[in-house]
Formats: sequence, structure tokens, C-alpha cells
Amino acid sequence: MNPTPLTDQASPLDRQQAERLSRLVEALSPGQASWVSGYLAGLAAAGQPAAPAAAGPDAGARITILYGSETGNAEAIAERARVRAVERGLQARAVDMADYKPRELRQERLVMIVTATHGEGEPPDPAEGFHEFVHGRKAPKLEGTRFAVLALGDSSYEHFCRTGREFDQRLAALGAERIHERVDCDVDFEEGAERWIERALDAFARHAEPAPSNVVAFTGSGERQGTVHDRKNPFHAEVLENLVLNGRGSDKETRHIELSLEGSGLTFEPGDVLCMVAQNRPETVAELIGTLGLSGEETVAGPRGEVTLAEALTHDYEITTLTPPFLEAWAQASGAEALQALTGEGRRREMLEFAHGRHVVDVVGQFPVTGLTAQQFVDMLRRLQPREYSIASSHNANPDEVHLTVAAVRYHSHGRDRHGVASTWLADSVSEGDTVPVYVQRNKHFRLPSDPSTPVIMIGPGTGVAPFRAFVEERECRGAGGRNWLFFGDRRFRTDFLYQTEWQRWLRDGVLDRLDVAFSRDGRDKVYVQDRMRENAAELYAWLQDGAHVYVCGDAERMAPDVHRALIEIVAGEGGLGEEQATDYVKGLQRDRRYQRDVY
Amino acid sequence: MASEDDRSRALGRPLDELHPNERIKAGSDYLRGTIAEGLADRISGSISESDNQLTKFHGIYQQDDRELRSERRRQKLEPAYQFMVRVRLPGGVCTPEQWLTLDELARTRANGSLRLTTRQTFQFHGVLKHDLKGTIRGLHEALLDTLAACGDDNRGVMCSVNPHLSSLHAAVHPLAKRVSDHLLPRTGAYHEIWLDRERAIDTREEEEPLYGRTYLPRKFKIGFALPPANDIDVYSQDLGFIGIEEHGALAGFDVCVGGGMGRTDNEPATYPRLADVIGFCRPDRVVQLAETVVTIQRDYGDRVDRKRARMKYTIDDRGLDWFRAELERRLGWSLEPARDYAFEHNGDRYGWVEGEDGRWHCTLFIENGRVRDREDCQLMTGLREIARVHEGEFRVTGNQNLIIAGVKRGQRRRIEKLMAGYGLEDPAHHSAVRRSAMACVALPTCGLAMAESERYLPDLLTRIEGIMEQAGIPEQPIVIRMTGCPNGCARPYLAEIGFSGRAPGKYNMYLGGGFHGQRLNRPYLDNVGEETILETLGPMIHRYARERREGEPFGDFVIRAGYVAEVKAGREFNDPA
Ligand code: SRM
Ligand SMILES: Cc1cc2nc3c(=O)[nH]c(=O)nc-3n(C[C@H](O)[C@H](O)[C@H](O)COP(=O)(O)OP(=O)(O)OC[C@H]3O[C@@H](n4cnc5c(N)ncnc54)[C@H](O)[C@@H]3O)c2cc1C
Ligand SMILES: Cc1cc2nc3c(=O)[nH]c(=O)nc-3n(C[C@H](O)[C@H](O)[C@H](O)COP(=O)(O)O)c2cc1C
Ligand code: SF4
Repeated sequence: MNPTPLTDQASPLDRQQAERLSRLVEALSPGQASWVSGYLAGLAAAGQPAAPAAAGPDAGARITILYGSETGNAEAIAERARVRAVERGLQARAVDMADYKPRELRQERLVMIVTATHGEGEPPDPAEGFHEFVHGRKAPKLEGTRFAVLALGDSSYEHFCRTGREFDQRLAALGAERIHERVDCDVDFEEGAERWIERALDAFARHAEPAPSNVVAFTGSGERQGTVHDRKNPFHAEVLENLVLNGRGSDKETRHIELSLEGSGLTFEPGDVLCMVAQNRPETVAELIGTLGLSGEETVAGPRGEVTLAEALTHDYEITTLTPPFLEAWAQASGAEALQALTGEGRRREMLEFAHGRHVVDVVGQFPVTGLTAQQFVDMLRRLQPREYSIASSHNANPDEVHLTVAAVRYHSHGRDRHGVASTWLADSVSEGDTVPVYVQRNKHFRLPSDPSTPVIMIGPGTGVAPFRAFVEERECRGAGGRNWLFFGDRRFRTDFLYQTEWQRWLRDGVLDRLDVAFSRDGRDKVYVQDRMRENAAELYAWLQDGAHVYVCGDAERMAPDVHRALIEIVAGEGGLGEEQATDYVKGLQRDRRYQRDVY
Repeated sequence: MASEDDRSRALGRPLDELHPNERIKAGSDYLRGTIAEGLADRISGSISESDNQLTKFHGIYQQDDRELRSERRRQKLEPAYQFMVRVRLPGGVCTPEQWLTLDELARTRANGSLRLTTRQTFQFHGVLKHDLKGTIRGLHEALLDTLAACGDDNRGVMCSVNPHLSSLHAAVHPLAKRVSDHLLPRTGAYHEIWLDRERAIDTREEEEPLYGRTYLPRKFKIGFALPPANDIDVYSQDLGFIGIEEHGALAGFDVCVGGGMGRTDNEPATYPRLADVIGFCRPDRVVQLAETVVTIQRDYGDRVDRKRARMKYTIDDRGLDWFRAELERRLGWSLEPARDYAFEHNGDRYGWVEGEDGRWHCTLFIENGRVRDREDCQLMTGLREIARVHEGEFRVTGNQNLIIAGVKRGQRRRIEKLMAGYGLEDPAHHSAVRRSAMACVALPTCGLAMAESERYLPDLLTRIEGIMEQAGIPEQPIVIRMTGCPNGCARPYLAEIGFSGRAPGKYNMYLGGGFHGQRLNRPYLDNVGEETILETLGPMIHRYARERREGEPFGDFVIRAGYVAEVKAGREFNDPA
């Protein structure tokens, strides 16, 4: 059938939608077309929108040919298969496993895999990521997917065509239907491959249209009525991934952590924060109890009722960071003059200086108190606070996951190694498969512009980059037209360029328009994000004049003030304004919510 | 097989009928491409695909640490991109001052080691993008360059180091250098990109009078040998010159053409080939002859299939007679009949020897050419200290070894003290097999490696030494060479026992190469691991010990004993043994 071509003017659809629809319509047989119209009418009647899963990128008749190739053979075969398919009037695309977004897999209906085997029975380098995904915990169920595998190999190797076999078995195990038997080709693969392609395409052709039953199923997924999770009732999220982002030889330890929100009903927007209910290290608890001369078996009444001291110190109380109230209480209990000298009027500074780098156990050890009960002790302590982490992923892009970027806090002070509670708990004691108690905290003051065409400038060195990964993912996912400019910085290019390959892809795909990086320990002279901002003053000011929003995230102590100063200088310099006017200009930005910060 | 005037795959065809690299070269504005822009980019430690092809002509190869690949991929970091930089050092001769510069650059801009290569030069590994310019500038200040050390052009020219015959070496080495300089690309790209020179007024057409916009179809290699030593494996060169001595002076050279090692597994149309001697030429005609041979390959070489783009295939496809005729037509004169000469070995002779000029030369054994400090041996530091006092020169051999050359009698003691002080081993401490062995770089830097080589051969040799002990022939030299892939960078197809990598821990084994590089070996085992290798070699070596004839090399024995049939021509290399 050949309808009057759809354009965005001729329809209420935007360009992309229009294109998609007309592409689909062209591919429909009259029979299919009338069925689809009926289907849509039905939806309208039922007042249900077709769920994204169904309308997702070209779901349906298209054959996706995924190839894993190192020296080009599998790629060539895959391309040939694509051409043959198109010659038969089938929709088909050939995609390198390296470029394939695993997320799309669950939406595929027809998958053809052509892969070589390399190393000693390993997947080709470019296929490693996809191979790992398909075989990993995050692999989707694939009922409703049909597939066939062609394996290339060399029978003189011990593990002949192993990678092909693995994909073949795994896809079946994930519930996909094998519609044509795998063939293992030796180095003389030409004819064998050719024959396999023809047979396989016969099979695909038979299924090359979505079965109605299939489609109706899509409309099932509606809104989840999730329970609310908060500090008292956190969601126990399974850890899907927990890895160090810094390459070998780095003196940093920044972790990328992926949690599963499946079934939690939790939702969030870019900029929101995830709160983590952490626990203290067993060694720290034990050392403290020992220093107190207690056993740990004593029962104490705490926020969760009666529990043992050990239990309470692990889950309920801050037992490292020294707080003024504790110091005062301890000064009293111990009667130690050195401490009391700190607690007097107007001695706050001295007290904080004393507290800096010292932990509860240092004080307890240095100024012993005899006859102190467990209850008396815990009553001096502060409740253990949840730790906040900027969410580093977009809910729309990964509905069932939340990603974090966590820097492990480790330092040495007063002769002891110190460990940040939450960050090193995540780093040292939490591994894939475990669960962690979390809940979402809205962050209204750190939001993408409502108008998708507004340009945004993001300044996020170190872990400050976390929310911007969510921002960019979101803008990509929504097809937002506005320009995106990221300033990132850290210590070393080679090891500390957090999410480097993702930014590179976003640059290639034009999602990210500009990326300026500053690494402070590579060259002789230290370079920071604010320096890169100054280097690009003219352009940065132009973006501001175009209505760009500016976001700053990360270190509150030094980075944020430096960036703030740089911003004012740039406005003054480029706008020809005096110090004060420039400051007002920037204040204005803040007032208009065009300059938002999330610093810690 | 191409008929003599078939030009369908050669220069002059429309670019889109030729290999993609031909378009890259043609469009590169004489090797400039977008290299400068790529160096300025801060988001990646790499440079673009097509620039990668171009930097080779500048002696620079992009690589990455392959051991970190999958780890870094999971960490969302790009591969650990780094660069290999190869110096152009005709004949392998450098001064002590130059040595000190190379040593310094290796420690400040590269991975802390220097690599002596099988073509007598130095390589740096692990140079990061932002250190490249500094490295090239440093070399430039020491009067060294990297131009055409790689790429589709004339590569580093080799020259025998034979220290006994100082006068001959003194006559031949300058020739090697002249040929190398004469065949250099003329483009200004190198100076503009690496040394920030302004581009000279635009003279595009004259920019490459010899090479033209698309340079050669493939790499091209020239070497000068001085019998009795074939230490440069003259038959493996595209163009070889064999020095002929008459009454103690250099009379001229026997000329051989069409050598090459590179091949590809499972592709019988590719094979190693030995150069054929086609005649004799006087020293004053060497430069003209070299240039003319290059132009023939430029005009006739296969520019469609890079796997068959070397001159050895041009010659096999069109015939040696055609080649000689075309050569003499272009020269306007005929080669004289070849003279007699005799090679005795292709390995190095170690230790101190006195040259005819009364100067002393010490050949050091550098295992696989890797110069770095180890606990037991402060090789790099030791050589640095020697370079500080040495008044002669250094010569890199074609077997990845090093000669401290031209030492005055009075200086020798001092250098010996330093060698002892830093634990530079007396080569005699190593077995004859080890001293005759070579391995290519391979993992972790070489992007084409399928198996270990430099890091593994030493262990394999230890086990083979064990066998030699048992067989009672510990001091019998057997030439063993290993490469991590079939490309043949350590010339394994000339070894008496050769290995080429197929996959981690797996190798092809070849047998029967000629002891002085005069005969190719033949595939014997396909894709096997260490166990099979030793099980196979054990009995063979024992039998050799029992049945060998007086002075019969292992390579000859395995043929006589019927393990493999002699390979008479490269074309037969892939035929069943
Ligand atoms: C360093 C060296 C081996 C060594 O252990 O010393 C070497 C190392 C490499 N060779 Fe080689 N080749 C080296 C001598 C050789 C030789 C021996 C010779 O020339 O006498 C050969 C065989 C002779 C010949 O050319 O046929 C050789 C045949 C190759 C080939 C196959 C060429 C062919 O015609 O098939 C390649 C691959 C290619 O060119 O595509 C190659 C490619 C390479 C590369 C650049 C890999 C690449 O293309 O990405 C290797 C860099 C590894 C690294 O990390 O350093 N290398 N290469 C030698 C440097 C010589 C020099 O100073 O210029
Ligand atoms: C809105 C918001 C978003 C955040 N986003 C992120 C994020 O995306 N990624 C991230 O990693 N963190 C983020 N943080 C910080 C995070 O919440 C925690 O503060 C951090 O992980 C440390 O917690 P901890 O329990 O590991 O360390 P704690 O046990 O809380 O110890 C931290 C304390 O140790 C002390 N200390 C630290 N270093 C030293 C030193 N060298 N010398 C002496 N004392 C020292 C300081 O008093 C510091 O406050 C964010 C914070 C906020 C408020
Ligand atoms: C280094 C290397 C290792 C290999 N290992 C295996 C193996 O373990 N098993 C196998 O069946 N084939 C193996 N092969 C053969 C390849 O799978 C075969 O050449 C295939 O055609 C390559 O396809 P590609 O060009 O798409 O990468 C190996 C090839 C190479 C180069
Ligand atoms: S032989 Fe192969 S593995 Fe070895 S250096 Fe050459 S290209 Fe690399």
C-alpha cells in the first residue's frame, strides 16, 4: 500500500514519530494494515496508551543481525545476510555487538547472530561487552524473541566456535525460540555460511510479522502502584554492579554502583538523590566496645527498641565522627581537664580543631571513664545518618535501575587508618547480589530546564559528574533538542576520566555538544575546570546569553567557590560589566533558577 | 598470476578500485592528514583511524596495553592508548651522546625500557599522546629522526656489523646511510607536525618526486651483508646487497631481490620468500639501482590486496626474467654476472674481538633486544654509564644485540670494569641456543600478536636447554626464532626451529631453516602448546645428537632424516611436508 507520505506538518506527530510511522506503514501488507488500524482503535476505546515497550525503536518485523567480529569475517557474513534479507523484502539491520545498546535486546523479535571465536575460545574483543551482558545477571527474559546463530571458527582450535555455541544456548535459556539450527563454520566458511543464510532467512520470513497475541500483551504494562519507601522503610535494593571506575595506578577509588529497583515502585527524576542507610564496620564496633571495657552483649534501648550494644553500635549510631554534644558529655563523664578546657564558652573553634581527624574511639581511649553503662554511652551518641548520593542514571533510560558514583573516603589521622562509614561499606563489604537499604530524596533545586530546547552547561569534577550522567541520559532518551556542554575534571587523564567511553559515545552521537576536561596532575602546572571555563569565556557567555542553564555539582569546599568566582569574572569580562553588575547578573541567574548547584 | 603488462591492480587505477589505504594516502596531503588536530584533542588518548595509517610513515604506531583492555572496558575507560616510536638508524650505528638521549627519553617519556629491533634500531614503547612531540623533538636535538621507520616506504636500511673487517664496514655503512637518506619521503609534514615548522610555500606536485601521492603499495626493505656473516639475513630483504671483497677492498655487491617473511595463516597465496641473486653491481651504482628497484615496485606492486603487496609477489607473479629486464631497461645498463661469496652464519659472534685497525669491539648478548634494569642485571644503567665514558660508537646488530665498537686498547679495561660492576653478563654464561635465538615483541604492545613471544621464549629455551643437556650437546648452536603471529618480525621462517603464534599458548612450529639464512624452513606442527612442542623436539634432538654428521647443522639434519622436505622456493612453503 502507498499512502500520502506523512510529514510532521501533515500530522500531529513530531518529525521522528512521523518518520517511524510511515516507515512502519510502508512495510505493512494490506492485511496487516487493517489489523493495525483495528488495534489502535481498540486502544483508543480502552483509553490506554500503547506502552513504550511496544512502540520502542522499530519493534516488530525487523530482523536484527548482531555480529561479533575481530578480523572482519563475521561482519562480512552479517552484511551479506542483511542484503539477502532486504532482497526478500524483509526489514533487517546489521549491528556490531560493540555498538549495540543491550537495553534494546528485550524489544527485539527476530535476532540473527553471526559471531567468531577468538583467543582460546573467547568472544571477539568487540563482542565482549554484549557477550557479558547476555550471560550476566542483567540479561532480560526473551520470550517472544526468535533467533538463529551462525558460528565462525577454526577447527584446529581446542574450543571450536565456542562463542557461537554459548550465544545459541544462552538465548534459548533466556526463553527465546531457536527457529533455525546453528551451524559451526570452519575457516573455509564461504559456502556453508551462504547456505545457512538462505535456510535461516526462510525460517525468519515465516515469522517476519508480529503475531497479534504478541502485541496485545504489550498493552498490559500499566502504572505500578509502588509502596512508599523512606528512612524508616527503605527498599532493599539488590546490587547489580559494583566496580572501580579508576584505572590501574590511580590513587583514587571511585566506584560505579548499579542497584536494582525492580518491584520497588521507586521513581525519580534527574537531579534526585538516593539515600543509603549504611552500617559501621565490625572492626570499628569491636574496637570501640573493647576500649569501653564492655562485652557488646549488654542490651540497650535504642531507636529500634531493645537490642544488644553491638547491634546498636553497628546500625543505629554514629560511632566515628566526633560531635560537640558527645565531647561535652564525655568531658563531663570523664572530668578530664583537657576536654573540659574545650567545652567552655566561645571555645567552639578549638573543639572542632580537636575533633578534626579524631574519632569517638580516640577520645574514649585517651580519657577513660570507669563504670559507664552501655545505655549511658549510647545516649551520648548521634543517630547514624543516611548518606546521600546523587543519582547517576535516568529513570526513563533504565526504569528498573539506579546508578551511583561513590568515592571511597579513606584517610590516615592520629596514627590510625580511618574509613568513611557508607562509602567504604559499599566499597569493602557490599558485593553483587547483596542488598542495600535505600530510598529516594527529591531534589527540586537541581532540575533540568522544562523546555527541552534550552541549552545546559554542566560543571562536575570528580563525583560531581554523577547527576550529569543522568542529565545527559535523560536528554538523549527524550530526544531533547537543547545543546549540552560538560566540564569535567579529576587527577589524571589515563586513569581518572570517569565514564570516559560514555561521554565519547554521546559526543559521537551529537547528544553532548561540548566536553572540556581538566586533569590536575598530568602536566607540570595544575589545571582545573574553572581554568577551562576561562579559556572558553566568550563561548560560555554566548551560551548564557542564549538562555543556557548552568549546573554545578561536587566539592563544596574549594571547587564550587572557585567556579562561582570564574563565572562572575567571565560575565564581567565578556559582558563588559563591573564587578558588582556581574555579581548581580549571576545572582539573577540563580533567582531565575538558571544557575543551580548541588555541592557537598 | 598477472601477465607481464597487467596493471589492473597497480598504480594508476582509479582509487576506488584499490585498497582503502590508497585513498587515505592520496587524500593525506603528503602524510599530513589530521594528525595535528588529533594531537590537540583532549577527550581521547588516541588519534583517528586514518591518521593511524599516516603516523606510521612518521615512525609512530598507535597501540594499547592489551592486558588492560577488558578491565578498562568494564571501567568505562577507553583502551590504554599509547604509542610505539621507532627510530631511523641506518646500519644500526649511533654515538654515545645519542645513546644518552635515547636512554633519557625512554625513562622520561616512554615505559622506561629501550627495545633493540631485528632491523638494528631502537623502539620506545608506551609513549602517551601528549608526550609524542617532546619525544620527536628530543630525538631531533640528537640529530635522530623517525621518518619512514614504518609505513609504505623504504624502511630502515640494514648493514652487517661484522667488527673484524673494519675497513669494509667503513666502506659499506656510509652507502647504507646514503641509500636510506636518498629514499626518504620529501614531505614537509614531519617537520611541521612534530617540530612546529611553518609549511614551506606550496609545492604540492614536487613534494614527492620519487614516491608520489600514494607512496609504495607496502613497506620496502633493503640490507647490506658482508660475508661470511649473514647477520642481516640478506635473503629476507626486498633488495639485498652482498658485499664482495677483492684484495682486501670492496669490489661491489651481488644484488638479490624479492625476499620477505610475512604470511597469513590459512591463506596459501601468502608465503615467505628468499631473495634471488640477479647479478653484480659496482658501489658507485648502488644508489641508482636501489631507487630504480623501488620505482618498479611502486609502478607494478599490488595496491588492491595488502597481503600480497610486497615485491616478492610482484616478482613471482611476473617472473624474475621480466623483473631483471625491466630493471636493466630502466637503468640503461646491465648487471654484471654475480661473483662468488660464502656465508657461514646469520647469528652474532660475542665477546671482545680486535679489528684490523687495532680497535676493540665487544658484542653483548641482549636477550630479545630488551634494554631495562633487572635485579640481577642493571643493563640500562650499566649501558648509560658506559655511554658516558665510551669514545667509539654503538652498533645494534640484526639479531637484537649490541656492540660497543671502536674501543681504544687503553679504554678496554675501564669498560670491562663497568660491565662487571653492573652485572652485564658475559655472553658465555648463556647456552649457544639462547645466544642464537630471537623473539619479536608481541604482547602486550603489539596489536597483531596472537600469542606471547618476547616474554615467553626465554622460558621455552630453558626447557630446550634441558633437552640439549640430556642429549649431551649443550654447546651446539641451533637457531630458534619465535614470533607472536605469522608476520615474521623475528624472521622465524629462516630459523632451524621456528615458531609463530596462533592463540594464547599455541604456536605453529617450523623446521629445517638454513644455518646461515640460505633456506626457508617448513611448517611441521600446527597450533600446538608447549607440551606437544617439547614431546616432539625431545626425540628429534636426541636423534640429532646421535646421528648428525661432522658439522651438520640441525636444520640440514631434519631434512636428511626426513622430518620435513626441503623448501626450494617460497611458493612451496605451504605444500604438505
Ligand atoms: C620491532 C620489530 C620486531 C622485533 O622484535 O625487533 C617489529 C615489530 C612489529 N612489526 Fe614487524 N617488526 C620488526 C621487523 C620485521 C621483520 C624482520 C625484518 O624486516 O628483517 C619482518 C619480516 C620481513 C618482512 O618484512 O617480510 C616484519 C614483518 C612485519 C609484518 C608483515 C609484513 C608482510 O609483508 O606481511 C607486519 C604486519 C604488517 O606490515 O601489516 C609487521 C608489523 C609490525 C608491528 C609494527 C605491528 C603492527 O603493525 O601493528 C610490530 C610492532 C610491535 C611492537 O609493539 O613493537 N612486521 N617485521 C622489528 C622492527 C624492525 C625495524 O626496526 O624496522
Ligand atoms: C546532596 C549530596 C549529594 C552527594 N552525592 C555524592 C556522590 O554522588 N558521590 C559521593 O561519593 N558522595 C556524595 N555525597 C557525599 C556523601 O553523602 C558522603 O558524605 C560521603 O560518601 C562520605 O560518607 P561516609 O559515610 O563514607 O564518610 P563519613 O563516615 O561520613 O566520613 C566523612 C567525614 O570524615 C571526615 N574526613 C574525611 N576526609 C578526611 C581527612 N582527610 N582528614 C580528616 N577528616 C576527614 C570529614 O569530617 C567527613 O565529613 C553527596 C552528599 C550530598 C549532601
Ligand atoms: C588469535 C585467534 C584465536 C582464535 N581462536 C579460536 C578458537 O579458540 N576457536 C575457534 O573456533 N576459532 C578461533 N579462531 C578462528 C576465528 O574464529 C576465525 O578465523 C574466524 O573466521 C574469524 O572471524 P572474524 O574475522 O569475524 O573475527 C581464532 C582466530 C584468531 C586470529
Ligand atoms: S611478528 Fe606479529 S606479534 Fe610479533 S611483533 Fe611482528 S606483528 Fe607483532
